[in-house]
Amino acid sequence: MAAISREEVAHLARLSRLAVTEQELDQFAGQLDVILQSVARVGEVAADDIPPTSHSVPLTNVYRDDVPQPSLTQDEALSGAPDAFDGRFRVPRILDEEA
Amino acid sequence: MTTTALPTYEDATARFEPVIGLETHVELGTQTKMFCGCRTEFGAEPNTQVCPVCLALPGALPVANRAGIEATIRIGLALNCEIATWCRMARKNYFYPDMPKNFQTSQYDEPLCTDGYVDVEFEGKQYRIGIERVHLEEDTGKTLHVGGATGRIQGATESLVDYNRAGIPLVEIVTKPVPGLGALAPEIAKAYVTELRDIIRSLGVSDVRMEQGSLRCDVNTSLNKPGEEWGTRTETKNVNSLRSVERAVRSEIIRQASLLDEGVRIIQETRHFHEDRGNTSPGRSKETATDYRYFPEPDLVPIAPDPAWVAELKAALPERPSSKRARLREEWGISEIDMQSVANAGAVELIEETIAAGASPAGARKWWMGELARRANETGIELADIGATPAQVAELQKLVDAGKLNDKLARSVLEGVVAGEGDPAAVMAARGLEVVNDEGALTAAVDEAIAANPDIAAKIREGKVAAAGALVGAVMKTTRGQADAKAVRDLILARLS
Repeated sequence: MAAISREEVAHLARLSRLAVTEQELDQFAGQLDVILQSVARVGEVAADDIPPTSHSVPLTNVYRDDVPQPSLTQDEALSGAPDAFDGRFRVPRILDEEA
Repeated sequence: MTTTALPTYEDATARFEPVIGLETHVELGTQTKMFCGCRTEFGAEPNTQVCPVCLALPGALPVANRAGIEATIRIGLALNCEIATWCRMARKNYFYPDMPKNFQTSQYDEPLCTDGYVDVEFEGKQYRIGIERVHLEEDTGKTLHVGGATGRIQGATESLVDYNRAGIPLVEIVTKPVPGLGALAPEIAKAYVTELRDIIRSLGVSDVRMEQGSLRCDVNTSLNKPGEEWGTRTETKNVNSLRSVERAVRSEIIRQASLLDEGVRIIQETRHFHEDRGNTSPGRSKETATDYRYFPEPDLVPIAPDPAWVAELKAALPERPSSKRARLREEWGISEIDMQSVANAGAVELIEETIAAGASPAGARKWWMGELARRANETGIELADIGATPAQVAELQKLVDAGKLNDKLARSVLEGVVAGEGDPAAVMAARGLEVVNDEGALTAAVDEAIAANPDIAAKIREGKVAAAGALVGAVMKTTRGQADAKAVRDLILARLS
């Protein structure tokens, strides 16, 4: 059985604001299925004595002090942006959402 | 479309029982953002307080700000919460340009603080509001929609984004559902947010200013008939003042009652409160929790607060604002309403310190709540930053008490103090402001006024004492306001008796 359905891929595409064609849905569903099945194999070897692991390093409480560090300049910050206006990043409007 | 008139609020709450819940966001007043060292100053030029971490440039890694963790724990403790001994940050994934990462670093099923309560007083009665959770997250950037006529997203052709705010630590405080308040629900909701604001302000972790957005509130409301299950709730956003908290709950109760009367089902949705109209309109359909695909943030290691540290923070909590207010109200001998205005103006500590510096309670309150509060209102500057210290206000009041300044001169001196001209005595000397107490000079000024106004003088001689005001005015004018009006009046009456 496939690990991910075509409908689920369509839903994810919607959440990601990606326009995906019908043909691509089939293509991506297949590809994502391969990825998910591969990852699922990890679960097969994980026994009860292995707790779920979110972090690979055995560390807690890594903090920094509340001391300001230099920021980028506005020009530097916007230098990699495809488009900018009036010191701000310019992006296409987002449909069907309220800020 | 039916045109049934809306039920009145009294009618709605007589037939339905509201259940409310509040989600409050508090922007912490840390020097730097939660996961990077960028400054957090309000009002900076757009995109000047950003760096590779908060812009999500490739390879950048976050490190948590200790002050943000500490502030969250202190808020949790002040709200009587349990503090987690181990918890993680989580990624809340969504695609909207207010976060350049395509996710917000937040907390999901492992909040830092859980299961507390706040006792809220309203009209002499106490109400306990349960706290479900207090968690830490980061604020988002500010989007500006342009191209449309309304500045809203409908009709806009593009959005402009400023990421200065993105990454500023934000604490979310969620109440448990609060049933059983009946018609008082709107007022208790407001009282809760007020109490929460006062508690957080007393901790010194945020300036909690609703008008600047450092305190924001979402209000959940549902209605059910007595004895029935709770209804479907709506979430009202954009509630940006204490008064709006009350109005938002009230208008939502009326709206839902009207729909239920018509047999319409309430849909779970986000609604926006309109300050100008006092009602709500539907907002975007909310993505469900699974749509956010929360998962533990791999780039930030777990938070495991040392219980000894937490105990230390707990022991060092300040006096609860409500107990402090009750104590000070008694000491100052003022009404509950007056005390509430003092608290709302952020003047409790300032007045307390002014009294400690030697002023009388009435004298201290007079300056902070009068002249200085007016100035704070006009300029939008916090009272504490207005430019006068409690010690200076106490000195000013002492000069008034000693008869060296009258009310009018004291105002000028205070103006000088606020303008940074120094302590009251220095301003007095520099501006040449002092009550004229020199008997000879005053008598001369009085005689001059009497000679210049023979008709008025005659009236006073005939016993029309009220006419003396005009002569007092004349003397105050020649002494440039530097005489003690009462002394002048006594002198005039003595000369003309």
